[in-house]
Amino acid sequence: MRDTFIKELVHHARTNDKIVLIVGDLGFSVVEPFAEEFPDRFINAGVAEQNMTGVAAGMASEGYHVFTYSIANFPLFRCAEQIRNDIDYHNLPVTIVSVGGGLAYGNLGYSHHAVQDFALIRSMPNMVIAAPGDPLEMSGCLEYLVENPQPSYLRINKSGEPDIHKTKPRISPGELQIFKKTENADNLLLTTGAVLELALEIWGSNDELRDSWSVGSLPMWGEEFRNTIFNQLKPYKRITTLEEHLLSGGFGSYLLEIGLNVQPFYLDSKVCGAVGDQNYLLSNYFESKEYLINYLVKRKELL
Amino acid sequence: MKSIELARKARIHAVQIVHNAQASHIASALSILDILAVLYKNVLNVLPSEPENPNRDRFILSKGHACVGVYAVLAECGFFEKEMLLTYGMNGSILMNHISHKIPGVEFSTGSLGHGLPFGVGKALAAKKMKKNWRTYVLLSDGEMQEGSNWEAFMFAAHHKLDNIIAIIDYNNLQSLTTVDKTLNIQPLSEKLKSFGWHVIEVDGHNHDALKKSFKEARVVKGKPIVIIAKTTKGKGVSYMENRVEWHYKSLSANELKAAISELENA
Repeated sequence: MRDTFIKELVHHARTNDKIVLIVGDLGFSVVEPFAEEFPDRFINAGVAEQNMTGVAAGMASEGYHVFTYSIANFPLFRCAEQIRNDIDYHNLPVTIVSVGGGLAYGNLGYSHHAVQDFALIRSMPNMVIAAPGDPLEMSGCLEYLVENPQPSYLRINKSGEPDIHKTKPRISPGELQIFKKTENADNLLLTTGAVLELALEIWGSNDELRDSWSVGSLPMWGEEFRNTIFNQLKPYKRITTLEEHLLSGGFGSYLLEIGLNVQPFYLDSKVCGAVGDQNYLLSNYFESKEYLINYLVKRKELL
Repeated sequence: MKSIELARKARIHAVQIVHNAQASHIASALSILDILAVLYKNVLNVLPSEPENPNRDRFILSKGHACVGVYAVLAECGFFEKEMLLTYGMNGSILMNHISHKIPGVEFSTGSLGHGLPFGVGKALAAKKMKKNWRTYVLLSDGEMQEGSNWEAFMFAAHHKLDNIIAIIDYNNLQSLTTVDKTLNIQPLSEKLKSFGWHVIEVDGHNHDALKKSFKEARVVKGKPIVIIAKTTKGKGVSYMENRVEWHYKSLSANELKAAISELENA
């Protein structure tokens, strides 16, 4: 996903001379294509994320669309106040790109686990969250952000994710992407971010579940789009969400706050401090696939 | 109107509106009013009728708590009606108690320290990339030097040879509870900034001629960012406030206001 991001950013930067990429001394063997083609619009701000974010806001206030890029929490929590005051309050076009959203850097330890990122960003009124489910959704989200520069957060997994869509979808905030549709219009298994792959795996593994649940992804959301999302999801009687995030401030909590009938599945907070690769952590700190399948089959007609 | 007269008038507005709102930080505003008056009268290329003119110089008040100084100067210069000053600190007013970008002539809202310089550095870098000649001026406090984000920005601006940014440090050596020296010493400040690659100018922050000379010197420096360390007196112009730590927070009573205005009117 991160290679697709850079490839697509290079593509957009060829026709949009306002695109700037600032990295916090990260992105080795990923960001070079942008740095080499646009040396004047590539900045390595060094290991200084607060300044990186303030500089990005300053440049954005002069008409640039600035992408700050780093790993997991570094471009987020370290500079939370710069995001809140400088970017969000001034409504400036800065896109914060976090590579390794969720547990993608699982072996690197808690410092590198972005499992509270939605909670931080979704509390900011002007921020749009982009958490694409596959590389093509990533391209669709980026296209939307380049066409509509605004305070935004792009959570991308890492690398090696398969394409789930067949072609790049048109994406806009609050709009649902439906992957698998059943005759039963009551039930929706909904994800945001790269956990979409897991949702489809679960869906594909059981006939009963396949006949009774649709699978959807909501790649762009945020405080401002509550009504759009409510109206789109209202027709579903039962919604089950999966997310690579803690419950507090997460995606499922967001939908519950909107007033939707949602059963969220999320990371056990005991994952904080646990170490292992993404699959290991998901199998130990997320409900098992078997449990989720049984749950969905049982819940298909219960309120 | 000359800069000295602008500073005097703005000080009168400042004490008046801080009294009206029973607000804090009057001494912080009085500390910077000579710097602000010289900037707006003699240095900044800004037009009150066109506060968003793309070729204007950009001024950022990083010590946002001293906003009444800027509000008073902007009103005196005609960026907005002086009557609007009376809404300062009132419910629903755009003149909030930390500087607000919702006011004509204000570039950036601050209030949390350590934000103005990185933002200003971003503007200066943008100007370089767009090959524009306008400059960015950022006014900071001495206590604010304790924020790590400023030192990230000092490093970054020097690395990128941003000779179009001028930082001004209001060095009155008083912060919230006591002196800067006793709180968290920032000395030797000049040496620190020189070693970070900045061109350092030291000046009496209440001497208008000396300030003008410093800004003139700043304009001809090439290849380095510029910082002016302005030695100031917190509460300057109102004798009972000068160098008194309590005036960081205290509001003026009716009698104190009367005494302050009388002193400023006869200055």
